[in-house]
Amino acid sequence: MAAAPLKTPAQAPLVLGLLLAPALLWLAALVILPHVDLAILSLRERVGPRQYSFSLAQYKTFFEEPLYWHVFLRTAVMSVAATFLTLLLAFPIAWIIAKLARGRAGSLLFIVCLIPFWVSETVRTLGWMILLRESGVLPSLLVKLGLASVPPELLYRDATILVGLVYTSMLFMVVPLVTALESLDNSLIEAAYDLGAGGFTILRTIVIPHAAPGITAGCIVVFMLTLGNYLTPTLLGGKNSQWFTEQIYTQFITRFNWEQGAAFGFLLLGLSTALVVAGLKISRQQFGDVMRRT
Amino acid sequence: MSTPDLTAAAVTKRFADHLAVDSLSFAVQPGSFFSILGPSGCGKTTLLRMIAGFIAPDEGDIAIGGKSMAGVAPNRRPVNMVFQQLALFPMMSVGENVAFGLARRGMNRAERLRRTNAMLERVGLAGASPKRVDELSGGQRQRVAIARSLVLEPTLLLLDEPLGALDLKLREHMKIELKQLQAAFGTTFVYITHDQSEALVLSDHVGVMNQGRFEQLGTPQDLYYRPQTPFVAGFVGANNRVVGRATLRDGAMTEMTTPDGWVMRALQHGASAVGDAVEVFVRPEIATLARNAAELPPGQPAHWGDVQSVLFDGANSAVLLQEIKTRREFRIALPQTGQFSDLAPHEKVAFSFDPNRAVCFPARSGVVA
Repeated sequence: MAAAPLKTPAQAPLVLGLLLAPALLWLAALVILPHVDLAILSLRERVGPRQYSFSLAQYKTFFEEPLYWHVFLRTAVMSVAATFLTLLLAFPIAWIIAKLARGRAGSLLFIVCLIPFWVSETVRTLGWMILLRESGVLPSLLVKLGLASVPPELLYRDATILVGLVYTSMLFMVVPLVTALESLDNSLIEAAYDLGAGGFTILRTIVIPHAAPGITAGCIVVFMLTLGNYLTPTLLGGKNSQWFTEQIYTQFITRFNWEQGAAFGFLLLGLSTALVVAGLKISRQQFGDVMRRT
Repeated sequence: MSTPDLTAAAVTKRFADHLAVDSLSFAVQPGSFFSILGPSGCGKTTLLRMIAGFIAPDEGDIAIGGKSMAGVAPNRRPVNMVFQQLALFPMMSVGENVAFGLARRGMNRAERLRRTNAMLERVGLAGASPKRVDELSGGQRQRVAIARSLVLEPTLLLLDEPLGALDLKLREHMKIELKQLQAAFGTTFVYITHDQSEALVLSDHVGVMNQGRFEQLGTPQDLYYRPQTPFVAGFVGANNRVVGRATLRDGAMTEMTTPDGWVMRALQHGASAVGDAVEVFVRPEIATLARNAAELPPGQPAHWGDVQSVLFDGANSAVLLQEIKTRREFRIALPQTGQFSDLAPHEKVAFSFDPNRAVCFPARSGVVA
């Protein structure tokens, strides 16, 4: 007789079910239920006081009103740009942490990347405002150096929004990249070097293919965070930011048009899904594979 | 003699305060199989990486094919390396791995394909080109790693303990295969290993390395039969080592006595005066075993021992004795005749060896009699 009582086959699904229960409950109550509710909300129209009927009017409004889909496209393009910039900046940092810095130096650099996240996003973004506003640190420095005659307004520009978004997303790109690069055997790089490859060829043929799942994972996370970001574009871009999340906020809170807001929410979900799928297709990656490797 | 494929002149490398390679000079002739044999940490990997160009020597010069390699990057050297863990590119197929170096030389696709397939065929992997690296067996991967380097027709092929990761059976097989490959291609191989059997079987010349220096450089036969230092005698092949003091000098012979009174004679190497500490090495296969002293070869001093254990290993069978008086261990190879197949522990046997084939060295510093 074995020391631990063996489960009968009939018990196994029950145990599995119990173990999964908290996760399933979480998923059902906090993810599925609200989304189903929002879906229903987005597909109805108020025809009279407390009277609603099924309708695609909310979605029709989106396509008929240029402002809405302009903002929608602009958000998508800016998010892709921010993701790409984050990747460009994070890759050398991750390379240094994973391959060049040894022992303590590596963890120290990692902590330096982490430190900004000890402060809330609002405070961090306000910090940028202090640096960049007309009477802020950077514009007055430009005047002092003689690079500008009057302090320039650096806030409320697209570039400023991008700077803020990249700054906010950096860590989420660095972490999967470091993981991916750390698992790259140095002898592969040496072997490629030995066989006659130069730095760029090694990057293209060895490093990037190896790090591809990490790059994809980082890009997915950063893209989703950027697309759904509300605070950074609003604070740094002001009225010019034209971020789609602001439109959703306006519909829900200012206009009290929950139906329209829900429709916008679903359109944003569709956009992020479509772009992630497209990204995976282009980089020939499997979603499950990418998520497993991070 | 033609220009050596590899010449090292007083090559030195330091890491912090540790002298990894200490003023090494040697030359490797074209088409030969040269091994650097040494224990881990002796500096052999550092030396190999300096030849490949991954690290630069602090002093001295390395020349390949007669040209100094100072300041030449690894990707510009006529040298290729087979890495310890092979370092095949997992993101590429077997064919892409072999074609990698050719593509870096800007060779066109058709020519690349032709050479890759020809090379794979030569190493017995015809048709393996589209396979993924992880679909291959250990031995096949080994061959891909060698093919990937040899397809570039390097002046020198460096091999960094490439058999270390294989299991024993495959290692024995790959040893033979490597030797045949080298003979077939005629490329100069520089092979580093800590396994003396690999070095002896494969090489034309072996440098035995210890603490950053070559203890001895010679043919495998030289190292085995005519070791020049106690380190080589102890490291290459099995050897019985007995430490004591010289008690008598008789021409080239030294009589050594251990502190507990075991006396034996051996051929002296280096200078030892009576009273000096010495180390004597006796190979297990030069000793003769007999049940009574009269059967021993005439003229050889007889010793007595108790059988401690019989180490049966087919052709490499041996018996471990304890010398009767001093209880010191002594290993003797068993003859293939099966004459001693009934040897039992605690049996008392006589043994002797030709003192001309045993060697005596001045004891190394730190060796206590």
